[in-house]
Amino acid sequence: MNTDRASSSRLIRSPLSRLGLAIAVVLSVLAIGAPALAPHAPYEQLDPAAGRFLPPLSSRVVLPLREGGWLLADSARVTDSGVVVQRLGRTETLPLDRFTGISEDGGVSRQFFPLGTDKYGRDLWSRLLYGARVSLLIGLLAAGLSLTLGIAVGGVAALAGGWIDGLLMRLVDGLLMFPRLFLVLVIAAMFDIDLLAVILVLGGTSWMAASRLVRAEILSLRGRDFVVAARGIGLHPVRIFWRHLLPNALPPVLIDTTLRIGDLILIEAALSFLGFGVQPPIPSWGNMVADGASNLTTAWWVAAFPGIAICLAVVAFNLLGDGLRDSLDPRLDETLPC
Amino acid sequence: MSSSLLSFLVRRSAAAALLILIVLSLTFFFIHLAPGDPTLVLQDPRLTAEQREAMRSAYGLDRPLAAQYLSWLRAVVFDADWGISYVHSRPVTEVIGEYALPTLLLAAAGLLVQFGVGLLAGVTAARHAGTSRDYLIRLTAMVLYSLPVFWTGLMALLLFSYNWSLFPPGHLQAVDAASLSPMGRTLDVLHHLALPALVLGLAAAGGTARFTRNSLLEELGEDYIRTARAKGLSESRIVWIHALRNAAAPILQLFGLSLPLLLSGALVVEVVFSWPGLGRLTFDSILSRDYPVVLATTALTGVLVVVGNLLVDLLHGVTDPRVRQ
Repeated sequence: MNTDRASSSRLIRSPLSRLGLAIAVVLSVLAIGAPALAPHAPYEQLDPAAGRFLPPLSSRVVLPLREGGWLLADSARVTDSGVVVQRLGRTETLPLDRFTGISEDGGVSRQFFPLGTDKYGRDLWSRLLYGARVSLLIGLLAAGLSLTLGIAVGGVAALAGGWIDGLLMRLVDGLLMFPRLFLVLVIAAMFDIDLLAVILVLGGTSWMAASRLVRAEILSLRGRDFVVAARGIGLHPVRIFWRHLLPNALPPVLIDTTLRIGDLILIEAALSFLGFGVQPPIPSWGNMVADGASNLTTAWWVAAFPGIAICLAVVAFNLLGDGLRDSLDPRLDETLPC
Repeated sequence: MSSSLLSFLVRRSAAAALLILIVLSLTFFFIHLAPGDPTLVLQDPRLTAEQREAMRSAYGLDRPLAAQYLSWLRAVVFDADWGISYVHSRPVTEVIGEYALPTLLLAAAGLLVQFGVGLLAGVTAARHAGTSRDYLIRLTAMVLYSLPVFWTGLMALLLFSYNWSLFPPGHLQAVDAASLSPMGRTLDVLHHLALPALVLGLAAAGGTARFTRNSLLEELGEDYIRTARAKGLSESRIVWIHALRNAAAPILQLFGLSLPLLLSGALVVEVVFSWPGLGRLTFDSILSRDYPVVLATTALTGVLVVVGNLLVDLLHGVTDPRVRQ
């Protein structure tokens, strides 16, 4: 208990891991609150003619149409003859009854597009928020899956020992040796890709380091007095594993998993960027960058902002993982970053 | 010593070959079971069903999967025959030969940047540990390895090719490269190489810097460093010669471990920069279900990593005499 308090206060004292925690919390709040915080739905095309490729920080008058959809205009005012709308470089007068929600006194609402819009006239800020849900959720769930598989394989290897251990660990060595993206791409090509498939593919190809860690921890714990005692009083091996070995082996593994979340967010982004991950129109940060890549010179912001979001999220989980690791054991800091 | 070295090499190579074979077999079944087949993905959509069947039987795709696997395995293992590419209509080995060189070039340049920048930054951070310079380097390193490579590549293209025209926007060489002198062609390729290599190398340099710093800090706390200081050696000699040499073993290990990461990064960089390398070839071949090429590139990337790691083990023996026994 004492050590718990000491390590958590050390985690909070380290300014960098506090920064990581803060970024992670803010991103999670933005992701969870996306429906409330995003001004638009992620698929909403606001006036594709006048609303595409609006640069960041631009604002437009938004006129809701009676038949659905919106008209975006540079300016609009209500006169006796109708609504005088200035858009796409010309001025036209449109009948008032084409619109809804224009107040009696002629007030029209202006809307601000902090990050601009993409080629379909979709609000980039809204898509970024909804993309956060997809990218973070995939990162977390895939990390959870890799943790589960890692515990299973590592646990079996450590407890079974002998040739099973040898076989599993050689398999781990081999899988770690192959460039992951090549494997992931080949496997991803097998599926009709949906979110679940992406999570399965990513989690299924990233459990190797965790399994090594679990195995090593359990092997080092197995000879300790409390485990020997548990065995001595005749506890069932499965019970010893769940109640005694696993809880004590878990802290370093959980830290490794925290660091893996950032890694998985990066791989998901790369996979989605290459077209094998999350499929449009569902926004993920990776496929948003891909979306902007084809119009890089006309609208740099479409590709730029999702990339910054990816980097922020990955930095956050890395800082957090580093802080946790330092608080557990400063000497662990030199573990290989792969 | 040389006979034990030889047996070590043979054992390691045999284990690696077996492993590559297992991964290849898995890949074989994965890619063949994937939805879509080469006659649908890449050929003329106006082909009739009979014509498609004829193509499938010409490729041998109409046979049971197990039979296809066995004949593929036999050809690869006994004849080193990797088959004919469906897309390129040439022997796979010929296609691979063309795409391997650009990847080796890119990977070598990337490694140069990774370890050049990474070592320098790591050593600087370790020498000034705890200062603001150390913090700045560590934070930069963390941002570097948290950046998605494809995004960095796009932004580099946007700034340095499209906006400022300092570097060509991708590809291996200029369209008129054939008309250049040998010297001019080399410079042209280097000019094309610079941006992708920097993007690839800098992303990996972050991890290297961090690792170098930590390994070096560990060494700098050792007794022999205090002895060296007491002898009055200059600080830079202590760091670069004494400490770094002892920190070399883990850094070499990092080199081996970072090869798979580098090749994954190279795949993305090659796609972004239209670089005609193995990664891009793999990507295109997966898209077009060009099975023989996918299998061959997977094998080759595996071999590259294995050879890299064998080299690391050998170098380890050179830097650390204790390993040789």
